[in-house]
Amino acid sequence: MADILSIEHLNVALKKSPSRLLVKNTSFKLASGKTTCIVGESGSGKSLTALTIMGLLSNQLIATGRVLFNGVDLTTLDNRGMQKIRGAQIGMIFQEPMTSLNPVLTIGFQIGEVLTAHQALKGNALKASVARLLTQVGIPETRNSSYPDELSGGQRQRVMVAMSIACEPALLIADEPTTALDVTVQAQILTLLDELKSRMNMAMLFITHDFGVVSDIADDVVVMFRGEIVEAGPKEQVLGNPQHPYTKALLDCVPDVAGKKELNPIDYAWLNHHELSNSGASS
Amino acid sequence: MQTASAGVVLEAKNLVKHYKQRAGSFGLKHTTIKALDDVSIVLKQGSTLAVVGESGSGKSTLARCLLQLLPFESGEVLFHGQSLTELDSASLRKARKSLQMVFQDPFASLNPRMRVGEIVGEGLVIHGLGNASERLKKVQQMLERVGLNADDVKKYPHQFSGGQRQRIGIARALVLEPEVVVWDEPVSALDVSVQAQILLLLKALQKEMKLSYIFITHDLRVVRHIADDIAVMNKGKIVEQGMVEAIYQSPKQDYTRDLLKAIPGQK
Repeated sequence: MADILSIEHLNVALKKSPSRLLVKNTSFKLASGKTTCIVGESGSGKSLTALTIMGLLSNQLIATGRVLFNGVDLTTLDNRGMQKIRGAQIGMIFQEPMTSLNPVLTIGFQIGEVLTAHQALKGNALKASVARLLTQVGIPETRNSSYPDELSGGQRQRVMVAMSIACEPALLIADEPTTALDVTVQAQILTLLDELKSRMNMAMLFITHDFGVVSDIADDVVVMFRGEIVEAGPKEQVLGNPQHPYTKALLDCVPDVAGKKELNPIDYAWLNHHELSNSGASS
Repeated sequence: MQTASAGVVLEAKNLVKHYKQRAGSFGLKHTTIKALDDVSIVLKQGSTLAVVGESGSGKSTLARCLLQLLPFESGEVLFHGQSLTELDSASLRKARKSLQMVFQDPFASLNPRMRVGEIVGEGLVIHGLGNASERLKKVQQMLERVGLNADDVKKYPHQFSGGQRQRIGIARALVLEPEVVVWDEPVSALDVSVQAQILLLLKALQKEMKLSYIFITHDLRVVRHIADDIAVMNKGKIVEQGMVEAIYQSPKQDYTRDLLKAIPGQK
């Protein structure tokens, strides 16, 4: 299967101190119809990686390396070129649906905006498309004149999903899209995303820190630690038979619902020592 | 004074709490939201009771009503069999020393302009415990017990990571040697590795200081690891309560079943 996205030797650093890399020599690939989860703790570089792909990196930061999307290196595009791709061929969903939506515009307008910008839809065609999208994400189309504050957190995230898939993107990037939601709502949104992914044959890059979510939706898993990929591979392999000591340690911290497992916090001193003495080739 | 049932440290009986919300044109009318609708719980000595539910279920309201931080319409809260609502303000203040709370957001719950020593020691000052040097010693010992350094008293909250700040919050609550600690989502904002550290710390402190916990959370995986008993809340009501093991193995109510089914990672 052809890779829709290929990240090659990506480095991200502060402009002020370019020698200290926040994302270090990161490479991975993503195929159509597949979901890759990036997992890691805060500060591991997972969100920076996503922002770099979307070309939304702060101007304090500088990225080197290649981000090949459909064969085009996105890092070489200017703002205008990137705007054509963002929202059209690459959809995005962020963690906090309330801050990502404009509170003074109706949700119908905000979903329609995407279609107007990228496909120049107008009038009845636009209305019909917005209604179809709302139905697709499970919101009654009569709600299209509602404002974000009239919706629940789960519904707002559904609106975000509708906006992100409006132009049928080839790649969907979701940065902790269910972290702020209740578990039952989270389960609904995950199912929705999974269905849409299969139906539209999208590639999905899903950033999360929740291993439960990973095991539910991922095909492949990328584990990041201190800006580097420490382990990557099919879900069954990474979760079932982790090779890197950090992956093992991180999995040992996750409480299981059966309550059988002893929690075992990461011993960073041990990990540092282990990393230095073994430098990658773990037991 | 009523007699306390053996082994029960804190008890809520038929708590009712209403919030009024403006409604109608120009907000002239009010609608009433039942945040707590006849809620009763029992916290046994030395045990952990988890209160779980989704946002808006009333679990944080319950926590605040238990500690008399919010007034409620009816019902009572008994601490060692003594109704807290009947206490005068001086006696209530005394009781509050034994009833402490730790909040979810370690960034919002610490005053950024106060040094850690002042933050942790403030309760000791308010309750008039010890002189300055005794207080400092106590604060330093507590900081070390929760995994920080004695020198940290001079630092400000922004110099610490999220997990460390949560430890400061824990030290602030425990320095008063309380009997009951109400934890309002204490690990929700933390990474799993830090979460595991804090959960283990809470368990160790409970044993050492003979504490009883009320643990408010939405994470049923965490509940399994920390709690003895569980109360499941939905729309201001307790839909099911009992021992964690029993309820996880055979939930009686559909809502509890839905919650358990929605936990990710079970496919």
